[in-house]
Amino acid sequence: MFEPKIVAFFCKWCTSAGADLAGTSRITYKPNITGIRVMCSSRVDPEHVLDAFKNGADGVLIGGCHPGDCHYQTGNYQTLKRMKLLKKMLTDLNINENRLRLEWISAAEGKRFAEVVDDFTEEVRNLGQIQYMRL
Amino acid sequence: MKRIGVFVCHCGINIAETVDIEAVVKDLKDYPGVAYVQDYKYMCSDPGQNMIKEKIKSEKLDGIVIAACSPTLHENTFRMTVKTVDMNPYNCEIANIREQCSWVHKDKNEATPKAKLIIKSVVEKALLDEELEPVKVPVVRKALVLGGGIAGIQAALSIANSGHEVILVERQSSIGGRMAQLSETFPTLDCSQCILTPKMVDVAQHEKIRLMTYSELEDISGFVGNFKVRIRQKTKYIDWDKCTGCGLCIEKCPKKVPSEFDQELGKRKAVYTPFPQAVPNKPVIDHENCTYFKTGKCKLCKMVCPFDAVDFDETDKFVEEEVGAIVVATGYDVYPVLNMDEYGSGKLPDVIDGLTFERILSSSGPTGGEVRRPSDGKVPKEIVFIKCVGSRDPENHFPYCSKICCMYTTKHAMLYKHRVHDGQPYIFYMDVRAGGKGYEEFYQRAQEEDNVIFLRGKVSKVYQDDDKVVVCGIDTLSGSNIEIRADMVVLAMAIRPSKGVEELAQLLKTAIDQNGFLTEAHPKLRPVESLSAGIYLAGCAQAPKDIPDTVAQASAAASMVSNLFAQEYLLHEPIITGVDEDLCSGCGLCITVCPYDARTLNREKSIVDVNEILCEACGACAAACPSGAAQQRNFTDKQLSNMIKAILI
Repeated sequence: MFEPKIVAFFCKWCTSAGADLAGTSRITYKPNITGIRVMCSSRVDPEHVLDAFKNGADGVLIGGCHPGDCHYQTGNYQTLKRMKLLKKMLTDLNINENRLRLEWISAAEGKRFAEVVDDFTEEVRNLGQIQYMRL
Repeated sequence: MKRIGVFVCHCGINIAETVDIEAVVKDLKDYPGVAYVQDYKYMCSDPGQNMIKEKIKSEKLDGIVIAACSPTLHENTFRMTVKTVDMNPYNCEIANIREQCSWVHKDKNEATPKAKLIIKSVVEKALLDEELEPVKVPVVRKALVLGGGIAGIQAALSIANSGHEVILVERQSSIGGRMAQLSETFPTLDCSQCILTPKMVDVAQHEKIRLMTYSELEDISGFVGNFKVRIRQKTKYIDWDKCTGCGLCIEKCPKKVPSEFDQELGKRKAVYTPFPQAVPNKPVIDHENCTYFKTGKCKLCKMVCPFDAVDFDETDKFVEEEVGAIVVATGYDVYPVLNMDEYGSGKLPDVIDGLTFERILSSSGPTGGEVRRPSDGKVPKEIVFIKCVGSRDPENHFPYCSKICCMYTTKHAMLYKHRVHDGQPYIFYMDVRAGGKGYEEFYQRAQEEDNVIFLRGKVSKVYQDDDKVVVCGIDTLSGSNIEIRADMVVLAMAIRPSKGVEELAQLLKTAIDQNGFLTEAHPKLRPVESLSAGIYLAGCAQAPKDIPDTVAQASAAASMVSNLFAQEYLLHEPIITGVDEDLCSGCGLCITVCPYDARTLNREKSIVDVNEILCEACGACAAACPSGAAQQRNFTDKQLSNMIKAILI
């Protein structure tokens, strides 16, 4: 079975704390994902996402605080805008836009964190290995 | 290249059970940049920490990665450890292989490779980590309190009593606020002025408090610990340094206008103090109504003043001050009756709001405390109180509960009954919310001892019929329609944030909620902090609340200010986003995404300047920067790119 490689960016305040909660609650999920902790999801530059795809990531997951809950007031809205635009560009690069997923996961949503990871892993698995088209 | 040490923790069996530590150590030894790898059963224990310290020295490490539990738990522990052997704390990084690896995977073949990837990506970060020092910010130990109601008075006294200077700014000519207008207070029926005025005097006499009434905040710049404020002292036309408050000018002034303090039931002069116990007890001239300003003739006040204090040529003055913290206690207004079509839009003289009824009940009020209705001065024999007017009405007015109306309406009915023994009070209510110490008992007493009739239901219409005010409602408990031919109606109008709070919030760069009240930093855990550091909230500016809650919140806000002032200097996270002046083109994209106004355009150099103290290190600007000039320290593009690659090899 194809095992996709997934790079994830978690904001420190919500999603990374939610991932920690999944751990302390011993909720298991697929191991295909490896996370990078940033202060805020808004630190994630679309270039980082492209960088990941270019280097062979089959999927990229970005986790931030729920709308209105951002530790930095408006960071997650910036992320939302940027990633929506980036998804349009991905199509032009012949990358299925579903390989990029933005999710709001709070520090209290350990179970949801695990569900999101499993669901995204399966989705990316079904999309198969990435074929990155160099422009 | 840096020499990075990797220390892999077993965490007993918490990590070692699902991660093959031996394999991880072996693999990491060959990773570029890794100079030393060591595993240990409990890295956070004293022997574990001592081993790390020894190895930093003996292996000449200039950065370390601890592969262990979540950084939330021990990042600070290990950073403090490395500091003791002169390693910069920001060169110590945590790879979370417990919460985000060993605890969420069961199979060693799954968890081990993932642990390796996590550690390698953090090694990449550590390789490019800079040595950082927390930004030290000095603190000006002087506070500004905005609003001189009970919240502002309590906050100012409390801060001043802890030894710090306070500037108390109030836009009226006297402090006291809404509480000074109240008759008696629930649930003890203390006279409001009797408990308030001594505190007002304490404020005026306190050597640490500078009282600035008839003044408003005009402008503010700076940040926590170092605000610069500009305060406008409005023109009083009376030199308060000369004025002794003898009151001769007030006595002789020929012009009478409705008194705002008495909710326009009584009159005041054009030169006036809002109420007899005003602090400071010195008058101001009301420019709009003064005969001299209208006709150019009069000046009676100037003629009679024994101290030559009247000055018709006075203008606004501006005072600039530096303060370290601000308490916003700007209070509330009452939602005007004219918004209520079904209750006569404020056109029926005997349909009044609760605050006006307070003035009628007050012994220093326009009726001397006798309950007489505004239209003809008759003592009302039947009086109807309607609760939740404008509140709890999301379709037409406001969705929130104004919180204090249940209790003050009960008090109104009780005080009415105490003054008009043969009268009958009715209260229309949606619910009775008597949550508070002694509140439920107070509500019971109103029913049992004072025969207040509580009717559960809404009032659909109030109209005038001869000299009666007819109230049409429904009693939902009996299901019957009710019509009361009352003499007077009192509406418990919704509590609104006081006028101008929106502009103030903009000035202070803090947020207001959907109902216009100032937003606290966290609804449960940070209820007195605003969203801007160094700015605290007290009283009804934040949400409707009664006097005990207001005093408690104001005391809490004062204690937050004291905490701030107790620090020698403020330490600020140094992982901020700077500017590479050679790369920056001054496009300003980063300025628009910064929620803290930390970035400003330097037009002269055509680059962006960063205020490191305002930067909260989210990194949104770094992602927005098209040229790579904005790099977040220790989260640079290069670091993130290398971390990504480490995961994907």
